[in-house]
Amino acid sequence: MDFAPTTEQELVVDSVRKFVEQECYPHEQEVERTETVPAEVGEAIRRKAIENGFYAANMPAELGGGGLDTLTMTMMERELGRTSFALQAFVHRPSNILRACNDEQAERYLHPTIRGERMDCLAMTEPGAGSDLRGMKTTAVRDGGDWVINGTKHFISHADLADYTVLFAATGEEETPRGKRKKITTFLVDHDTPGLEVREGYRSVSHRGYHNCILNFDDCRVPARQVLGEEGAGFDLANTWLSASRLTVGTMCVGRARRAHEMSVEWSASRKQFGQPIGRFQGTGFKLADMATEIEAAEMLCLRAAWLHDQGRMSDQDAAMAKLFASEMLARVTDNAVQIYGGMGLMDELPIERFWRDARLERIWDGTSEIQRHIIARSLLRPHGA
Amino acid sequence: MKVLVPVKRVLDPYVKVRVKQDKSGVDLSNAKMAMNPFCEIAVEQAVRLKEQGVASEVVVVSAGPQQSQETLRTGLAMGADRGVLIPTDVALEPLAIAKLLKAVVDKEDPGLVLMGKQAVDGDNNQTGQMLAALLGWAQGTFISKVELQDGAAQVTREIDGGLETLQVKLPAVLTVDLRLCEPRYASLPNIMKAKKKPIDTHSPEDLGVDVTPRLQVSRVEEPPARQAGIKVESVQELVKKLHEEAKVI
Ligand SMILES: Cc1cc2nc3c(=O)[nH]c(=O)nc-3n(C[C@H](O)[C@H](O)[C@H](O)COP(=O)(O)OP(=O)(O)OC[C@H]3O[C@@H](n4cnc5c(N)ncnc54)[C@H](O)[C@@H]3O)c2cc1C
Repeated sequence: MDFAPTTEQELVVDSVRKFVEQECYPHEQEVERTETVPAEVGEAIRRKAIENGFYAANMPAELGGGGLDTLTMTMMERELGRTSFALQAFVHRPSNILRACNDEQAERYLHPTIRGERMDCLAMTEPGAGSDLRGMKTTAVRDGGDWVINGTKHFISHADLADYTVLFAATGEEETPRGKRKKITTFLVDHDTPGLEVREGYRSVSHRGYHNCILNFDDCRVPARQVLGEEGAGFDLANTWLSASRLTVGTMCVGRARRAHEMSVEWSASRKQFGQPIGRFQGTGFKLADMATEIEAAEMLCLRAAWLHDQGRMSDQDAAMAKLFASEMLARVTDNAVQIYGGMGLMDELPIERFWRDARLERIWDGTSEIQRHIIARSLLRPHGA
Repeated sequence: MKVLVPVKRVLDPYVKVRVKQDKSGVDLSNAKMAMNPFCEIAVEQAVRLKEQGVASEVVVVSAGPQQSQETLRTGLAMGADRGVLIPTDVALEPLAIAKLLKAVVDKEDPGLVLMGKQAVDGDNNQTGQMLAALLGWAQGTFISKVELQDGAAQVTREIDGGLETLQVKLPAVLTVDLRLCEPRYASLPNIMKAKKKPIDTHSPEDLGVDVTPRLQVSRVEEPPARQAGIKVESVQELVKKLHEEAKVI
């Protein structure tokens, strides 16, 4: 077994780290305080990311993407995770599900998205259907050669920046051995399609400056050529192309945890109380030690799952464990960081309070901690017939 | 014109250094290493010269431990064309490096050597000047601007009193200062290309250079901890203190 990153991986990590530190860090506080990324800042990051080939790094090189494998991508995402979610989003990684585009769709969606001319978002969640996605009420009904969509999606990340949505909607029911089940189909829906309204979503305690939106479909009509993949195969598509997105969440947690930890170490070594650096008090030193240990463990889980993914052998359980442990690790690490900084840890002079707020979200999106545990438990029990 | 850019592997300037317990040197075990920042600036400038069509080839060269190959790859990922590695475990001193570089210049016959004004590890600021002397070439040090035309380089140097502009005949050794240019990010396509770019290896013996150290380090110590500053009430007080106590104005 070889744990050493390759020279290319090290170069990617160094270069992306530098990019994040120079292009994103300086804007973090403003984004936090104004809850928006100034247009010119976002555009500058996007332009530079394109110039340096970091944009669409997850997409195949033949299509103009960066051509990184999942392992290297996971290392890159870790570095992006160090900075504000709102800012790093401009180093866009188009959803892998776009790889399911047919040639004609690829011309209209995949290729321009890789070039940075168009931007995608992905809509599954609804007010009434979160963890239970199959419970979704948004429907698409055939009408002649078209589909007519009705329903509401919420919590849709970046829909304000995107110009089209990869939409999941129910298109009828099918019989299965376990009873009736909704058929889910995926659609590409341009945001300027009549009948679709993209509305501002809710204000969130986590990831300020990045916005989630509400999508309202009211007799929104799209032609049949907007169906992505096969009719009724929406979840198969998601399983094929989105399985690694949990690793993205996990590895970004690792990056943020590393930054919080580095700051905590520095503070513990320089902040003096009772005549000595607070790190010398066992109460602080042990915290630092636990944080470091958990960060390493989370990183190993993420990198191992990514490596398995590249081998075509990653299971749902591998991805779930990485996401579960890394997101819960981040919660503990950032909580400890606040504690180590004391009062200053809660003030918005420093990014510590932000890391702590942002961490809360990671246990919820892309499958809550409970859902990840459910996935792990199921794969443990299933071979035993339970 | 071929441009040769020496690059050095040094302790990452952003990590905190510690002196070894026995005071024999700085503790480098497990420390993160990086390309010397001034070398990075030199690579950037060389790549720009190539992009402007002034340089035809950029060759990066590094002498030091085998891992200096990683530093060369960083240079290649920034856009240099080839690398030359001179592996040695001897702690190289400026004169030894200058002699090694002279041997490489003799082989490669570049029209220009662009290099950092100093490396941030030893901060010696000697290698470029020594190399120019060994080669009998013109030199321009601490440059913050360079323009090449008609077999000469017009360089702006940062000196104590301000800026000095010199005309330097080529071939020449130019050492770069911080403000010359901003090094680029190694782009993803260039990182991938770097893997395939060739790196030649020559040992110091191949090059006929004796690199045996001539200096003896008796002790390495941390600088004294900085004293806390003071607050002044007014500009008048500040000026007075600068004049009477610090004696700098
Ligand atoms: C900021 C933000 C951005 C998002 N971006 C997107 C996006 O771009 N696209 C998109 O489609 N979605 C997005 N989501 C949705 C996100 O994936 C969901 O929030 C998540 O799946 C949980 O759904 P829910 O919020 O409806 O919670 P619910 O599903 O209602 O869960 C509530 C609680 O019940 C628990 N629970 C539910 N079912 C079970 C069970 N079977 N066993 C045990 N416990 C259970 C949950 O763990 C949780 O604790 C985003 C969410 C947020 C907050």
